[in-house]
Amino acid sequence: MSISILALDWAFVIEKMVLIAIVISVSLIVAMYATYAERKVAGVMQDRHGPNRAGPFGILQPLADGLKLFFKEEVIPNNSSKWLFILGPCLAMLTAMMTSAIIPWGGTVEIGGRMIDLQIADINIGILYVFGVVSMGVYGIMIGGWASNNKFSLMAALRGASQAISYELAMGLSLIALLMLTGSLSLKTIVEQQINSNWWNIVYQPLGFFIFFVCALAECNRAPFDLPEAESELNMGYHQEYSSMKLGFYLFAEYINMFISCTIIATLFFGGYDMPFVDESKLSGVTALLTGVAALFGKTFILIFVFMWIRWTLPRFRYDQLMNLGWKGLIPLALFNMVLTAAIALYTMK
Amino acid sequence: MQSLTQRAKSVDRSPLSWLEKIYVWNIFKGMLITFGHIFKKKATIQYPEQTRPFSPVFRGLHVLNRDEEGRERCTACGLCAVACPAEAITMEAAERLPGEEKLYREEKYAARYEINMLRCIFCGLCEEACPKDAIYLSETFAPANFSRKSFIYGKPDLLIPDPVTKPEEFKEAKGLIEKKKKSKS
Amino acid sequence: MLFWFLTVLALGSALMVVFSKNPVHSILWLIITFFAITGHYILLNAQFLAIVNIIVYAGAIMVLFLFVVMMMNLNEISSPLKNKWLKFAGVISGCSLLLVLIAALKDTDTMQQEVLLNTGKIGLINNLGTVLFSDYVLPFEISSVLFLSAMVGAVVIGKK
Repeated sequence: MSISILALDWAFVIEKMVLIAIVISVSLIVAMYATYAERKVAGVMQDRHGPNRAGPFGILQPLADGLKLFFKEEVIPNNSSKWLFILGPCLAMLTAMMTSAIIPWGGTVEIGGRMIDLQIADINIGILYVFGVVSMGVYGIMIGGWASNNKFSLMAALRGASQAISYELAMGLSLIALLMLTGSLSLKTIVEQQINSNWWNIVYQPLGFFIFFVCALAECNRAPFDLPEAESELNMGYHQEYSSMKLGFYLFAEYINMFISCTIIATLFFGGYDMPFVDESKLSGVTALLTGVAALFGKTFILIFVFMWIRWTLPRFRYDQLMNLGWKGLIPLALFNMVLTAAIALYTMK
Repeated sequence: MQSLTQRAKSVDRSPLSWLEKIYVWNIFKGMLITFGHIFKKKATIQYPEQTRPFSPVFRGLHVLNRDEEGRERCTACGLCAVACPAEAITMEAAERLPGEEKLYREEKYAARYEINMLRCIFCGLCEEACPKDAIYLSETFAPANFSRKSFIYGKPDLLIPDPVTKPEEFKEAKGLIEKKKKSKS
Repeated sequence: MLFWFLTVLALGSALMVVFSKNPVHSILWLIITFFAITGHYILLNAQFLAIVNIIVYAGAIMVLFLFVVMMMNLNEISSPLKNKWLKFAGVISGCSLLLVLIAALKDTDTMQQEVLLNTGKIGLINNLGTVLFSDYVLPFEISSVLFLSAMVGAVVIGKK
């Protein structure tokens, strides 16, 4: 084993390390400003201004919030199991960060004779990896909720877990229809197919996109599916007993999740780093790369806005409505979509 | 039941149509409404920089008035204290000594004049009662404070700035009173 | 090296599943066991199996386990095994299961085969799908029918 470590391609390792650092810091910054954007969007939709005191237009607000959370008193309840109490937010943050590993942030560029891919890992199972990590994300909520030794937190944790499991099914089924068209699980391949064909996947899979989008809302615990943190009936939900930066981790993980899931939706259905109406092959290497990254981020931010827009429009579902929608609404719809796609794919292939 | 007013709207209890049952269309309509609100005028008043205009009949903190030469008008007759339903006003009278004619208009003046702003209900009866036009309610309200004692406003807090020594501030305070008078008549 | 680390992790956490007093803790140890096994799959280059192991076992089934345990609120106080004979029977049945497993696996040819470390292609999704739907189509379909009947049974019980 030691020989193989020495034989590693060190330039490759350094490249990936730099990429990981960039991706993580970018997603942290985006999550930070997503909190700001959320409050701004909420403000303008309710005929208010939103935060505008810290710095010009309030752009220092997330820093002020973070600072406040850091300086708050750390409270760990007496009767909680301490290790699990700390493990909860760590898991939430970890799983939120891990998903970004397989997203292709841009095309390939040649720097100093090396082909540099703007993707941390192009693995064979691609999108399934996201599913695996997302299903792990439930543990952050469950462990945190249980370890708090508070019945409201526990209720919220159970709600979060059942919600995540129920909507993961419909999400997977809607994705299967998409994968029938692409024939590959790798996100990179999916994006390249969309660049080379005339249309993005949303044209072929509008119903699949709709189901996937609704399920993504539920998986991110966003309104109208924010039952795990229903303020009105569960006080605060699973992070009721948390304070200081541990609470901050939970909130932060939520926004990172939102960012990553918007990126994944953009990648799967909206052509990823494909800038519309621009032929990338005519541009030079670095310019093409930058337009690609800009395109992906533009699409992601539009989707994040839609997420927030929905949050500040719709009231929360009741628990039985949530389960009915998941099991009796979305799953049959996704199955129907799957069968329909399979039939059409078979028919056109002939 | 027969409705007494014409304002009552009966709730539509008819079963949902297919389009309403799948919710998506209604959700979309709701989202259009919230999107429209982005472009509406903001209702916020940026408080420390902007303030809300007071209503013309607003009654705020009291002001003890002076005449044109800067002499206090109050003669400590005690009518305001009698008129006050909350018993917020107390005063102590004193006789004007020779040489103090520049300070006080009448021979008797208020040596001590206190209004307890925690008791005061800002009804304006003192203003009505005053025969000398000495007390007015202005367009400000009592700022927050840490102790109850500091809400007992004495003469230094209440007196209008001297028109001779501080003409601008007097003008400003006077302007508020004039506006008030105009709205009354 | 990685193999031994994962093996020790898997065995150690599996033992902790049995020995921890709190049921929630044993479930968490079980999740770690699943992760170690997933690591083994990745070492065999069976990426699809690895991720399915995470999604299905660690992600869904264990969440349901945790769900049930949390709902029933089992704590350290309730230890159902008071009967000495019951413990004894448990140990004997566990040991006999181990014996059967060892006896069954001792002579299989997989023990003699070289493990295809990092080079095997069977775990990749294309090959796996092809094999499942050509060579092993009958067992695959039979197991799917089994699952279907289990689902129907669950619905029937749930309707009662």
